Amino acid sequence: MTSQGSSEPRASPYFWYRLMGRDEEGYDVYELFIGPQHPASGHMRIIVRLDGDIIVDAEPDIGYVHRTMEKLAEGREYIKNIPLFERATIIDAANITWGYVRAVEQLLGLEAPPRAEYLRTLLAEINRIASHLYGFGIAGIMLNHSTMFMWAFGDREVWVQLAEDLTGARLTHSYIIPGGVRRNLPQDFREKALKAIRYMEKRLQDYERIFVKNPVIIARYVDVGVIKADEAKRLGIVGPNLRAAGVRYDARIAEKYGAYPELEFEIPVREEGDAMARLLVRIEEIRQSMSIIKQILDKIPDGPIFHEKYYRMLPPKLKEFVESTGRLKLPGAFIRLKPEPGEAVARVEMGHGEVFYHIVSDGSIKPYRVRVITPAFRNVVLYRYLTRGARFMDLPAIYGSIDYFPPEGDR
Amino acid sequence: MAILDKVKEALEPLGAKVEEVRPGYITASISVENLKKAAQLLFNLGFDHVVSVEGVDWIKDNEIEVAYHAASYEPELHGVIVKLSTRVPRDKPELETLIDVWPSALYPERETWEMLGVVFKGHPELKRLLLPPDYQGPPPLRKDYKVPEEGFIVDLTRKQ
Repeated sequence: MTSQGSSEPRASPYFWYRLMGRDEEGYDVYELFIGPQHPASGHMRIIVRLDGDIIVDAEPDIGYVHRTMEKLAEGREYIKNIPLFERATIIDAANITWGYVRAVEQLLGLEAPPRAEYLRTLLAEINRIASHLYGFGIAGIMLNHSTMFMWAFGDREVWVQLAEDLTGARLTHSYIIPGGVRRNLPQDFREKALKAIRYMEKRLQDYERIFVKNPVIIARYVDVGVIKADEAKRLGIVGPNLRAAGVRYDARIAEKYGAYPELEFEIPVREEGDAMARLLVRIEEIRQSMSIIKQILDKIPDGPIFHEKYYRMLPPKLKEFVESTGRLKLPGAFIRLKPEPGEAVARVEMGHGEVFYHIVSDGSIKPYRVRVITPAFRNVVLYRYLTRGARFMDLPAIYGSIDYFPPEGDR
Repeated sequence: MAILDKVKEALEPLGAKVEEVRPGYITASISVENLKKAAQLLFNLGFDHVVSVEGVDWIKDNEIEVAYHAASYEPELHGVIVKLSTRVPRDKPELETLIDVWPSALYPERETWEMLGVVFKGHPELKRLLLPPDYQGPPPLRKDYKVPEEGFIVDLTRKQ
């Protein structure tokens, strides 16, 4: 009782009432703020209200890395928005920009040549594997399994390097542009990719031994954070989180874009809807992506990588350069792309789920309005749904299993 | 029956203007009063979630267009998006929330309130989401919002 004499202002009764007493609904609650100083994966806060050890309510408080992307996009020419949106999900740059490019292509009435569509699909699948490994590592460290974190991040490097071989950049590729892609396939790419696939197949077996079938992980993941198909549909969940709940939905089959209609792959679906199911769906998706990459390397057609309409604009010297190096130089007119007035939507399946773009054009060189809904933003409601009634120690397990990426949610 | 005809049959009695602007992209504009009824009809057709809720500020018409992009997880409706939109006056942008029909609109409606100042009546938590909690300025995604800019050189001699 020594502090009573101090001159510091004392906390209001309401503060203690909320902190220790019963709240308005009669719960005996304790309020706990987690974050925003990087709980493990990112810049967000979860406000958890606890009744003993049981979570009464968890509210995600996002927005700490909001970069006003929709507003910025209104002030830039169409092509300049590609590097902008890339920065929403830097670990999955190909997929998030592909959605934007698809919408712009619809407005311009363009279609990329077949070889370009295959190259886009190739990079998208490399990115999907890298994105899943990233989430995998984060999920591991949230369960204090630092080996899994180190392994997944180390093995992600293999795919990041592969993307660099293809595009010239590790993460921010800006590879997919309206009308095509920016680089042709390097000569030695096939060997490198097949080597990476052989390595990863072996590593997935290692993961299984040390992480997936580990009794500790099973105890923390099975029957934790359960969501069933009906609820997942009602809440509009996307990506592996949805498919782990038993809904067979994937934008790659729903929208039939890129080279996907010509490739054979399965959409892994599980019925359980718990954290373990979400993990297993992601592992199976890595396997499917590797199978897609193999098929692309076998089936990729020859031909141009950029739309004829814009390729014609290049001066002869630049054309020679492009032919000999396989590196595209953009014609100067490309900065002033001018779509007809109108609107277009596009959806693309990212590693985390489905990304949605809606572009409104008023016929000028800048978009009138760009709306982007990222998979993380659609999945953020899961924090409230999955945690209610769970034990507090399940929160990191649930958090890790959702594969939430704050910069993507905030945009 | 093609999905476009089904949407037309359901929404046109309510006075909606339905058209397919691109393959798989159907737009339906409707009055504010009939919005909720139309949403319920779309839901009954199988459009079980909204992908996006957004506002477009048409400053020349002095109106804000509020658009719901509805889609479905059902295999027969894959690849179809219906934009259900309505226009509200800029100085009093109010409409009824649709979270009773589509719970997936909870967060995007909240974001649209924050970014364009559209009030969704009946929404349980219209509070700041992405902007700082103490943000005081006008809704930033409106077209007349001036982005405050700072010069590259800070004037140190200026008195605060």
